[in-house]
Amino acid sequence: MTPRGPETAPGALPSVDILRMEGITKRFGPVLANDRVTLAVRRGTVHALLGENGAGKTTLMNILFGLHAPDEGRVLLRGRPVEIRSTREAIRRRIGMIHQQFTLVPPLTVAENIVLGLPPRRGVFLDLRRVEREIESLSRAYGLDVDPRLPVWALPVGMQQRVEILKALYRRADLLILDEPTSVLTPAESEALFAIIRRLVAEGHSVVFISHKLEEVMRISDTITVLRHGRVVDTVRTADTTPAELARMMVGRDVVLRLFKGPPRAGGPALEVDDLHAVGDRGLPALRGVTFTVARGEILGIAGVDGNGQAELAEVIAGLRRPTAGRIRIDGRDVATPAGRRAVADRLAYIPADRGRFGVILDFTIAENLALKAFHRPPFSRGPVLDRSRIIDHARALAERFDIRMNSVLQPVRQLSGGNQQKVVLAREMSGEPVLIVAVQPSRGLDVGASEYVLRTILEQRDRGAGVLYISMELDEVLGLSDRVAVLYGGEIMGIVRPGDARLEDISLMMAGSLRTAQTAAPAQ
Amino acid sequence: MNGRALAGRLLPVWAVLVALLLGMVPVGLAGVNPAAAYEEILRGALADVYGFATTLVKTTPLLFAGLGIAVALRAGLVNIGAEGQIYMGGLAAAVVGLSVHGLPSVVHVPLALLAAGAAGGVWALVPALLKVGRGVSEVITTLLMNYVAIYLVSFLAGGPLMEPGAPYPYSRPLDAAAQLPVIIPATDAHAGILLALALAGFLHLIFGYTAVGFRVRMAGANPAAAAYAGVRVHATLVAAMVASGALAGLGGASEVMGLKHRLFDAFSPGYGYDAIIVAFLGAGQPLAVVATAFFFGALRSGADTMQRSLGFPSRSSSRFRGSPCCSSPPAWPCRDGSSAGRGDGRRSPRRCRPPWPQG
Repeated sequence: MTPRGPETAPGALPSVDILRMEGITKRFGPVLANDRVTLAVRRGTVHALLGENGAGKTTLMNILFGLHAPDEGRVLLRGRPVEIRSTREAIRRRIGMIHQQFTLVPPLTVAENIVLGLPPRRGVFLDLRRVEREIESLSRAYGLDVDPRLPVWALPVGMQQRVEILKALYRRADLLILDEPTSVLTPAESEALFAIIRRLVAEGHSVVFISHKLEEVMRISDTITVLRHGRVVDTVRTADTTPAELARMMVGRDVVLRLFKGPPRAGGPALEVDDLHAVGDRGLPALRGVTFTVARGEILGIAGVDGNGQAELAEVIAGLRRPTAGRIRIDGRDVATPAGRRAVADRLAYIPADRGRFGVILDFTIAENLALKAFHRPPFSRGPVLDRSRIIDHARALAERFDIRMNSVLQPVRQLSGGNQQKVVLAREMSGEPVLIVAVQPSRGLDVGASEYVLRTILEQRDRGAGVLYISMELDEVLGLSDRVAVLYGGEIMGIVRPGDARLEDISLMMAGSLRTAQTAAPAQ
Repeated sequence: MNGRALAGRLLPVWAVLVALLLGMVPVGLAGVNPAAAYEEILRGALADVYGFATTLVKTTPLLFAGLGIAVALRAGLVNIGAEGQIYMGGLAAAVVGLSVHGLPSVVHVPLALLAAGAAGGVWALVPALLKVGRGVSEVITTLLMNYVAIYLVSFLAGGPLMEPGAPYPYSRPLDAAAQLPVIIPATDAHAGILLALALAGFLHLIFGYTAVGFRVRMAGANPAAAAYAGVRVHATLVAAMVASGALAGLGGASEVMGLKHRLFDAFSPGYGYDAIIVAFLGAGQPLAVVATAFFFGALRSGADTMQRSLGFPSRSSSRFRGSPCCSSPPAWPCRDGSSAGRGDGRRSPRRCRPPWPQG
C-alpha cells in the first residue's frame, strides 16, 4: 500500500469535518475491537468504512451512536468535543444510524413508526395527520417515495430501510450511519439506495457507509477508511485508489507464516467440483458455476474477500447446504444422493469456521464430542448400546495425541479454551485418515501457538495423502500454505494460480473481480 | 465436582425450598400456622397407608407426563401439550375398554395402553410436523391442541359415550379385563405406578447408554452439528415428540384404567401442566423426574388432608405447586442460541435449555 502523509489526508481541513474520532480504543474482554482508530468525515461527503467482518467497523460506529463507551480516545462533532453516552443523546446531536437489523414495529404504519418515542405534537395527541404531511414532503424532497399511511409489515425490505432513513431525517439527523445497508437489498434496491444517498449528500448531509463490498464502496463513496483487526490500515480518496489496492489492504500483509513445507506429491482426485451452483441464506445466488479439482496430497487454497461464496462452498461440500446445480465427487463418488453422502462421510473431514455451531456440541463432554460422527457404530456401540468405556479410552488416546489441554475427557467442551476446542474438532476429524479435508478459517480466533499447530496438522495430513480445500480470508495464510490458489469473487472462480508463480497484484485484481485468468494451474504431479 | 458446580446441580432443590418458604406467606395471612400446615401435608401424604396410596395415585399421571416432557426436553423441544395428550390417551384407552369384550386381561390391558400411546403420540405428531416443516413454535401448537382434546373428551363423555341416565358426564365402566389391578389392598393405588417406574428406568438406560438416546441429545443440543455428523435431525425431533406424547397418553390411560374405570369429563385436574414443572425441576433426567413427580404427588395428596383438618381452602394450597414455577425458571438461563440451523435456510427460534449435564 502507498504510504500517505498527513497533508493528503482528508482530515487536513478540520473546519469542514463534521466528525472526527481520534485515537478510539475499545476492548471487549481480551479482544481489541478498536485500536487507536482515527477517523475524519467531511461535511457533505460519503465516507466508507471498509473491512472484513470483525474488523471493527460496527463497533466504531456504535461508539459514535452512544451504544458503547470508548476506553480511550475522543469524539469531535462539528468541531466540538462531545461525549455521547446514549443513543438518545446521539439522536439529539443529529446523528442517525440505520442498523443492519431494522428497528421497526411491523403492525404500525410508517408515520407511527417514525413518531414512536417522540413527544406528542399537540397536547397529549399525536396529530398523525400533520406528521403524515411532514413525512410526505420529506419523502418527496429526498426521492424516498414512501407512503406514511401504510403498515410497515406490508413494505418490502428496501422500503423498510427507507423508513429507517426517514426516521433519522425526521429527527433532523444530518450525519447518517448506514451499517451494511445493501446486505439485505436486491441489486435494483441497492441502485435506488445509492440514488438516495447521492441526493442526501447533495442536500448537505454527511454519510458514513459501512461495507465489506469493494465495488459498491468504489461507486458510492468519496473517501474510504480501511479497517483491519480493529486498526486503520489507511484512509484514501476513492478517486485515487483501485479495487485491487483496497482488497490488498483488507486482507493485509502483516502475518508472515513460517512453516516448513515440502513439495506436494499429488495423487488422484480427492474432490471434483463441476459447474456448482448454490444460493445463500437470503435466496440470492452465492455460487455460480464453480469448477475445480483437489488432488490427494495437495492443498488448494480459496482466496477472496469475505462474502464471495466461501461459506456456501464449504457448506455444500460438507453436505450442509444443497446445491442448486452441478456435481460434487469426493474420492470418486458422487455425493448428490444420501447414500453417496453416507458412503464418503468417514473420508471427509470438515473444520468449520464456526466451531461452536457446526464443529462441537459445547454442552457435551470431550469424550462424546470425539465420538460424535461414529457413536452408532463399533467400537463405540455394540448393537444399540453405547460402549462408554471404549468412548472414553478413545478420547483419552486422541487427547494425548492431539495435546488437548483439559482436566478430564468427561469435561464439557464449553469449558475449554478456543484453541483446545479446535483441537477437539481436529482430533475427531483427522483421526479417521480422511481423503478430503475442508478447512474454513481453521486458525481464526486462536493464539499464535495454537494456530501454528492447526496449520501444521493440516500439512501433515496433506503429506499423508489427503486432499485439502483450505478456505481463508487471510491471504497470507492461503498463499503460505497452499500448493495452488483459486480466487473466488462473486461466487465465481477468477483463476487458479500457483502462489510462487502469480504476482500479488494479479491476485488482488482477481479478488476485486477485475481480472480473470483463462489458464488454470494443474496439480503438481 | 467443585462447590460451585454442586450448587448449580442443586438449583432445583433451592427452588423448591424457596417455594416452600414463599408458600408460608399466604398460609400465614389466612391465619393458619404455616408449620402446622406443612406438618399436616407431610402427615397426610406419607404418614399412613391411605395417605401414601393417595400420593402414589397422584404421582402416577405426573410421572408419565413428566417423563414425556423430559424426553421432549432432551431433544430441545418444549411440550406444553401433555394435558391434551393425557386426555387423548385416556379417551383411546376408554374406547378400547368400552368396546372390546371377552379378551383376557393380559391382552386387553396392553391393547388399551397401545391405543393410548398411539393417541397421545398422534396428538404430539401434529405440532412436531408443523415445527420441522414450517418452523411453527411447538410451545404454541401443543398448548392449543390441549383445548381441542379437553373439549373433545367433554363432548364424548357427555354425549355419545355417556352412560344412559348418569347424573354427570361420564361413560359406562370399562370392561373388567381392561382395568389395572390395585396394588395396595383397600386403597386406590393401582399398577399404573409400576409401569411408570419401569418406563423411568427404561428411559434412564436409553439416554445414558444407547446410541438412540445419544442421537436425540445431539439433535437437541446442537442441530447443526448433529446434521453434519449424519443425524437426520428432523426425523429425530419428530420421533422424540411422538414418544413424548405417547408417554403422556399412557398417563391418561392409567388414570382411566387404574383409578376412574370410566371416562369422565375433565378427568385430569391439570396433571399435564404440573408435569411441566415436574420435568423441568427434574432437569429432564428420568430418575430425577421420579423424585419430583413423587414430591408433587405428595403435595397434592397432603394438601387435601390439610384442607380437611385445618379448614384451609385447597385452592390456596395449589400455591404450593405454583411457587416452584416462580422460583425455578432462573435455574435455566437462556444460553446462546448458536445451535440454530443454518444450512436449511431457516433459522430456528432461540431455545432455552436447562443446564443438565449432557454427559
